[in-house]
Amino acid sequence: MSNKVIDVSNLTKMFGNFTAVDHITFDVEEGEIFGFLGANGAGKTTAMQMLCGISMPTAGEGTVAGYDIIKENELIKRNIGYMSQKFSLYEDLKVWENIRLFGGIYGLSDKVIAEKTDALLKQLNFQQERNTLVKYLPLGWKQKLAFSVAIFHEPEIVFLDEPTGGVDPAMRRQFWEMIYDAADRGITVFVTTHYMDEAEYCNRVSIMVDGHIDALDSPAALRKQFNADTMDEVFRQLARKAERD
Amino acid sequence: MRFSGNSLVKQKGIKMKQFIAFVRKEFRHIIRDNRTLLIIIGMPIVEILLFGFAINMEVQNITVAFYDPKPDAFTIGIAERIKQNSYFNYQGNMQSMEKMEEAMRKGKLDLAVVFQQNFQEELVQSGKAAVQLLSNSSDPNRGSITATYATAIIAGYQQEQMDLIKIPFQIQTENRMIYNPQMKSSYMFVPGIMGLVLMIICTIMTSVSIVREKERGTMEVLLASPLKQGTMIFAKTVPYMVISFIDFIIILLLSYFVLGVPVNGSLILLFLVAIIYITLTLTYGLTVSTLVDKQVNAVIFSAITAMIPVLMLSGMIFPIDNMPGVLQTLSFIVPARWFIEAVRKVMIQGQGFFMIWKEVLIMIGMIFFLLLVTVANTKKRLE
Repeated sequence: MSNKVIDVSNLTKMFGNFTAVDHITFDVEEGEIFGFLGANGAGKTTAMQMLCGISMPTAGEGTVAGYDIIKENELIKRNIGYMSQKFSLYEDLKVWENIRLFGGIYGLSDKVIAEKTDALLKQLNFQQERNTLVKYLPLGWKQKLAFSVAIFHEPEIVFLDEPTGGVDPAMRRQFWEMIYDAADRGITVFVTTHYMDEAEYCNRVSIMVDGHIDALDSPAALRKQFNADTMDEVFRQLARKAERD
Repeated sequence: MRFSGNSLVKQKGIKMKQFIAFVRKEFRHIIRDNRTLLIIIGMPIVEILLFGFAINMEVQNITVAFYDPKPDAFTIGIAERIKQNSYFNYQGNMQSMEKMEEAMRKGKLDLAVVFQQNFQEELVQSGKAAVQLLSNSSDPNRGSITATYATAIIAGYQQEQMDLIKIPFQIQTENRMIYNPQMKSSYMFVPGIMGLVLMIICTIMTSVSIVREKERGTMEVLLASPLKQGTMIFAKTVPYMVISFIDFIIILLLSYFVLGVPVNGSLILLFLVAIIYITLTLTYGLTVSTLVDKQVNAVIFSAITAMIPVLMLSGMIFPIDNMPGVLQTLSFIVPARWFIEAVRKVMIQGQGFFMIWKEVLIMIGMIFFLLLVTVANTKKRLE
């Protein structure tokens, strides 16, 4: 019996009369790579913000990393990593300064930070760039670094909001290798993406339409269910039903 | 690795670590940004020198001539006073009004002093005598200041004579004369520049630095991290607090050593007033940051709501007493007005805490009001 690191039921978020997220129920298992798909405005980001403890659900309940999303959101925050859609590091800080900052925010000791920084830079082959301002790094490198910083404190789950936007396919593949490495180390990966080929890399995929989860299964099972050759087709079939713009 | 999060001691340690990490980051942002650095260091120096020297409201080298149809002890006394004053440049006694008018027309004179006939007799008999002050007001500002100077000198002379010969008559004196006998305009401007510079640095810089995080998406990452909002906001304000205090000291030193403005009151009291005002403007910066989402808007919003009122309504340039009633009322809500008043009282007039408690209380009240607004807005956003 595997461990559920995310387990939510009937999670709902309303903004006035508008239901951004409408009673979604799902779970994610430890070490899983979970793809969270949906067209723009389907409610992905709002749902993710509720899971991360940034946004308070209007209704519903659940746990993330074993903590209640309503009452223990501060404890959730300590046990997750987050990489935002926009670039999430500070461009005017050096590579090591960014690592150091987030290490400090997650309460790691200076010694641990120093050791892990060395190991990380070596692993990424970034030793030369230790003192480079982040703004001078190529986009692909920045994203690798941002991901590494997001899992620097060894969280149970890392949330990635469209992490590979604007990166070329070769770089995206490298990035996904890093995601697999993290999953192998037991970090659960919760990822939203626009690229349907990336959906194929996930263990399981959910597709949101108009605030609901309309499909949830492994990519292979979804293709079979919708009688489609690719995830892209599956997505189009579902997205056609969308009523929101 | 999993954080227990149970022990309070560990919690506190983490908070401190977060705080230090964040303050360090903020200082780096400032140091790395040349434009910010230039504003922070350059602005107070430029402003103080600009207002102190270039935009000098002081009028000097006022050319003056007298028309005295029948000189007597009083008229000679008044003329002597004006001649001796270093702001005036004596051009001579005119033989007729026609000659005087001609000199005025040619722009040779800034001020004509015309005594009435039988000045002394009139004064002794009726207790009244007239001096006409004709000031060249092609530059209205210079003209009115010239007239003010001369009026003040004559009033001073009359006061002396009244003491001597015991003739009762009403004398109007300019209030500013008491504290600023030479009417140095830098005395007036220094507190104003302090108010302006601190407002710009605290309000604009703080709001921009917070809004920048929203705009670039780093705020989301911070919100999803265990960093508490209170810690973040406090850590954000610390560098600007330090910098504005340094700027305050720069202005103080420049105005003391370069402009020769004295510090007549308690230096500690002056620092206290500055700290309260800095806190107030920082809080206003936080308030602005909850109202806007773009850096550009933060700058525009701060400039319109903070900078312009400081320039126009704080009494820095235009005396509040001379404003129409509506504007006088409006100036009540301008934080800099209270700061400038308090600084003038302490620094120039050398008064103590009991003379500025009203200004201090109003500023503290404003801090609490803005904090309430800020907290209310922040909650709305995260709800």
